[in-house]
Amino acid sequence: MPETVTSPLLKSGNAEEMRSLEAGLDSLQSESVEKTGIDWSRLLLPLVALVVLLLAWQFYVSLGLRRRDQVPGPLDVLGSLGTLWHEGTAQEAIWTSLQRGFVGFAISIVVATPIGLLLSQVRVLRRAFGPLISGLQVLPSVAWVPAAIIWFGLTDATVYFVMFMGAIPSIINGLISGVDQIPPQYRRVGQILGASRWEMAVNVVLPAALPGYVGGLKQGWAFAWRSLMAAEIIAVGGTLGFGLGSLLEQGRQLADMGMVMSAILAILFVGIAVELLVFAPVEKRLLRGRGLLVGSTR
Amino acid sequence: MTELLAEQRPAAAGVHPQGAGAKQADGARQADGGSRARAVVLEGLGKRFGGGAPVLEDVNATVHQGEFVALLGASGCGKSTLLNIISGLDVPTSGALEVPVDGAAFMFQDSSLFPWLSARGNVELALKLRGVGRVERRARAAELLDLVNLGHSADKRPHELSGGMRQRVALARSLAQDRPLLLMDEPFAALDAITRDLLHNELERVWQETGRTIIFVTHNVREAVRLGQRVLLLSSRPGRVVAEWQVSEEHRTNAGAAGELTADITARLREEIRRHA
Repeated sequence: MPETVTSPLLKSGNAEEMRSLEAGLDSLQSESVEKTGIDWSRLLLPLVALVVLLLAWQFYVSLGLRRRDQVPGPLDVLGSLGTLWHEGTAQEAIWTSLQRGFVGFAISIVVATPIGLLLSQVRVLRRAFGPLISGLQVLPSVAWVPAAIIWFGLTDATVYFVMFMGAIPSIINGLISGVDQIPPQYRRVGQILGASRWEMAVNVVLPAALPGYVGGLKQGWAFAWRSLMAAEIIAVGGTLGFGLGSLLEQGRQLADMGMVMSAILAILFVGIAVELLVFAPVEKRLLRGRGLLVGSTR
Repeated sequence: MTELLAEQRPAAAGVHPQGAGAKQADGARQADGGSRARAVVLEGLGKRFGGGAPVLEDVNATVHQGEFVALLGASGCGKSTLLNIISGLDVPTSGALEVPVDGAAFMFQDSSLFPWLSARGNVELALKLRGVGRVERRARAAELLDLVNLGHSADKRPHELSGGMRQRVALARSLAQDRPLLLMDEPFAALDAITRDLLHNELERVWQETGRTIIFVTHNVREAVRLGQRVLLLSSRPGRVVAEWQVSEEHRTNAGAAGELTADITARLREEIRRHA
């Protein structure tokens, strides 16, 4: 105790004085820094990084260490991408894969969320199925492709099945770890406020676990997208549509390195676009709203 | 200083009805306790966790409606355990207690506000969980935030508020619970001195305006004398009510009287702590 214990606290000041004192303290102690406007470094720095990488690539190619048809330069790849675009093959492949990706991911969310909530709330279930779910997350979902082809043949069902096996466990795990990280005090407050089990889940547990859940969704999307590509590369033909993975496989069969690189870049580009346009804004808003972004490098 | 006698235990069991008008004038606080309705009665209360030494043993105390009682004790006296028992978060291992049927509101040392809700949202959630309708919720939350002089910051998130402001939101939230009994667990311990002085005034004003029964746990003697109508001293390991002081208005306005009482209580508290040397 820094104060001397025997000097007493006394009543002082009238109500009006106290009110203005309080208002003064409030404005001194609460900060209101609301940044507005576009931060250009956020846009420029990644572009600069991209240009540097392209230059390095071009430099390596111009050394002429490898045959040009095996290691094409950025301009060669741009050329074959242009051709594919002109033919409409690129658009078709991107569209087919994106569509599958979103449908598969949406179904994964709908399936995984209630399972995750249930597992995080019911101890018996958690203990019984927790290790299995974690294990499924470690198992590469490509391993399911042969089984899926035997079960479903060369149909869309094969592709979706492989995606579910990749995305669902990781969304469940994200939600569970989000719930695990809730400070116990939140539940205690919920209890004090008289929340029933259901009210606690909806008003306390879910919003508190939201950052972890969104992290799980993000990872779930990454797994879904990877699984989709793997499935498309391995399973070609049948009633399967022509996706980015199929384009990649076709490039390999034709030994067309330009096509292969174009497909790889398209896959990467879609991944980056989804991250930047969907997840990053959601996550940023969520964290900023809780005062968790202060001092971070985001 | 009056040592609390075991014979002061109340005879009646059963929960007393909780009247609305428990507000009382400052001067009337020394009136004999027996005539007023009792809000909390603790009888021979004991608590031990597992097979360990008892945390609380034979705790006897009575708190009357509308009374402001400061519960004072050094570390390890089971203050928090006692509050948990009174609030129903925990159960005693022995003894009996009588508390309001509809439970108690609780305020913690950290504000424990939900970071994803604004100040208004936090207060409204308490009202929502009490079953208050949406329209009324909004009006009532605004009223309560005004009561703690925070009407201007209703839309701010907890991280945008200072520690003192957060505690005021927490106070508004605990008032939103609309329970006659308010338990406070060292709510101002983490605040700076200026803010704490201010919140003492604020809490006193809110108490007088709302007529709540307040049990205020603290380890700060000056705070106990500043706020309580009565100060109960809890011994450490096991916790037991060992002494009780009446605090009059004079103790809050006259430095001499206040200093004397504060010194008196401090001496007794230190004596309690020394027993463990």
